[in-house]
Amino acid sequence: MLHVTSFSGGRLCHSSGILRKEVLAAKMKHYEVEILDGKTKDKLCFLDKVEPNATIGEIKSMFHKSHPQWYPARQSIRLDAKGKSLKDEDVLQHLPVGTTATFYFRDLGAQISWVTVFLTEYTGPLVLYLMFYFRVPLIYASKYDFSTSKHWVVHLACMCHSFHFLKRLLETLFVHRFSHGTMPLRNIFKNCTYYWGFAAWMAYYINHPLYTPPIYGEQQIRLALILFLFCQIGNFSIHIALRNLRPPGSKTRKIPYPTKNPFTWIFVLVSCPNYTYELGSWLGFTLMTQCLPVAFFTLVGFIQMTVWAKGKHRSYLKEFRDYPPLRSPILPFIL
Amino acid sequence: MASSEEDGTVEEKENNNKRRTKSALATAWLTFYNIAMTAGWLVLAIAMMRFYIQKGTHKGLYRSIARTLKFFQTFALVEVGHCAIGIIRTSVIVTGVQVCSRIFMVWFITNSIRQIQNEESVILFLVVWTMTEITRYSYYTFNLLHHLPYFIKWARYNLFIVLYPLGVIGELMTIYAALPFVRRSGIYSMRLPNKYNVSFDYYYCLIIVMLSYIPLFPQLFFHMLRQRRRVLHGEVIVEKDD
Repeated sequence: MLHVTSFSGGRLCHSSGILRKEVLAAKMKHYEVEILDGKTKDKLCFLDKVEPNATIGEIKSMFHKSHPQWYPARQSIRLDAKGKSLKDEDVLQHLPVGTTATFYFRDLGAQISWVTVFLTEYTGPLVLYLMFYFRVPLIYASKYDFSTSKHWVVHLACMCHSFHFLKRLLETLFVHRFSHGTMPLRNIFKNCTYYWGFAAWMAYYINHPLYTPPIYGEQQIRLALILFLFCQIGNFSIHIALRNLRPPGSKTRKIPYPTKNPFTWIFVLVSCPNYTYELGSWLGFTLMTQCLPVAFFTLVGFIQMTVWAKGKHRSYLKEFRDYPPLRSPILPFIL
Repeated sequence: MASSEEDGTVEEKENNNKRRTKSALATAWLTFYNIAMTAGWLVLAIAMMRFYIQKGTHKGLYRSIARTLKFFQTFALVEVGHCAIGIIRTSVIVTGVQVCSRIFMVWFITNSIRQIQNEESVILFLVVWTMTEITRYSYYTFNLLHHLPYFIKWARYNLFIVLYPLGVIGELMTIYAALPFVRRSGIYSMRLPNKYNVSFDYYYCLIIVMLSYIPLFPQLFFHMLRQRRRVLHGEVIVEKDD
C-alpha cells in the first residue's frame, strides 16, 4: 500500500490503495476558507484547517481575530457577493461549497444591540412625559412651574402613558426573545428622535395649563380607558405567547396559534396581533386625551406597524406551506 | 419587497408586449404634457413682458398672471406621479421636494399673503422660474422627439448655475417680507386653548422653512451639477436611483 500524504485541503494525489486513502481523507478532511471583500474582491483572510462542522459564527470569530475592527456582529458573510447573508448557525459542510470555500464579506457598519436600543428609546418617553407632567421650569410660563393640572384625565393619562412605557421596558428585559442580536448604530438616533420627539410633543399639550378635556367627558374617558387597558393586556398576552413559541436561546420560527388565554384567540384572524393591540392602545389614549398630536402619533405608528405586519405575514406565508389562510397581517379581513 | 419569480416564456412575451404598449402610451402622454407645459410657461412669460411694457411698473403684475401661474405650477404635481409609476427615471423624493417647494410658494405665500404680491423679489423668482421651466420642458419635449438642439441642452445645463441661486434669493426674500404680515394676521395658525389640544404658529413654521433651504438647496444644486457633468462632458458618474 502506498503511503498517502493528504494536503491541508484534503486534496490527495491519485494512487492505489483507495480504501485506506478514503479512511484517512475522512479523518483529516479539513476545509480551507477564504474570505474576499464583497465589493473589491480582495482576499481579506485565509483560514486553513477549518473543521467541517464549524459554523459560520465560528468562522466569523476567526475572521475577527485577523481583523479586530470587524467584530462578528458587523460581519455579513455570503456565498455570493450580492446574495443573502449566511446565518451564524449554518454549518460549513452543509453549505454548497467545495473543500476550499470562498465567502464574501460585507461590513454592516457599527452595530448596537437591540436591547440597548429598546431600553434607550423607551426610557426617553417615560422620563420626558413626567417632566411635562410635573411642569418642570422653562417648559410653560413660569407661574405654572411645578403646578398640577386641575383635570383628573391628565393624571389618568400620565399613569397610562407611564404604565405603557414601563411595560415596554420590562418586556424588553424579561419577555422578548430577539432573533437578531444587533442593528446598525444609526438606528438608535433615528428611533430615539421618533419616540422622544413625539413623546415631548404629546406631553406638552396634554399637560398644558390651557388643556381642554374631552368633549364627552367622563363617558369618553371611561370608554377610552377600557379600550386602553384591554389592549395593553392583549398586547402583553401576545408577547408572552410569542416568547413561549421559542425555547430560550433559540432563533426558531414557528406559526403562532391561539392558546388558552382568550386574548390570544385573535391569532385566528391576524398574523401580528401585537400590532393590532398596540394600535388599539393608542386609539384608546387618543380618545382619552383628545389630543391631535396623539392622533398623529397613532397614525404614523399604524402605518409603520402595517408595513412590518405585511412583511412578517409574507415571510410566514413563504416559510410555512400550511399557514392558515384566514389570517390578515394586522386588521382582521381588512389589512 | 420580495417578488415572486415565475418562469414561462409565454408570460414573458406577454409582459414584453405590455411593456411596449405601455411605453408607447407613456411617451405619447409625456410628449403632450411637456409641450403643454412649455406652452403654458411661454404664455406666462409673454404676459409678464406685455404687462411690464404696457404699464411700465411691476405693481399689479402678479395679480394679472396669478391664475395662469397657479394652474400650470399646480399641474406640475403630475410629475411626481410620473416618477412614482416609473415612466420617468428620477427619484420621487427629489421631484417631490422640488414641486412641493413651488406649490408652497405659490399657494401658501404669494396667493394668501396679499401684501407681498408687489414685492420686487416676487418678480425675481417669477422671471427665474419662467426661464427655467421653458428651458426644462422644451428640453424634455425635444428629447422625447429625439431631435434635441444643442443650444437647448446647453441652456438647460448651464443657465441653472445663475438662475437657481437667483431663484432661491427671490423666494427667501419674499418669505422674509411676508413674516410681519403673518405675525399680525395669524394666518394658518392655531392657538390654545382649543378642543384638539394642538397649536401651530405659521410664523415659526416659515422661519423653519427658510432655515431648511440651508441643507436642501446645496443638495439639489449639486445634484444638477452632477447631471451637468454627466450630460455635457460624458463623465461616467456612478449614480443609482439618485
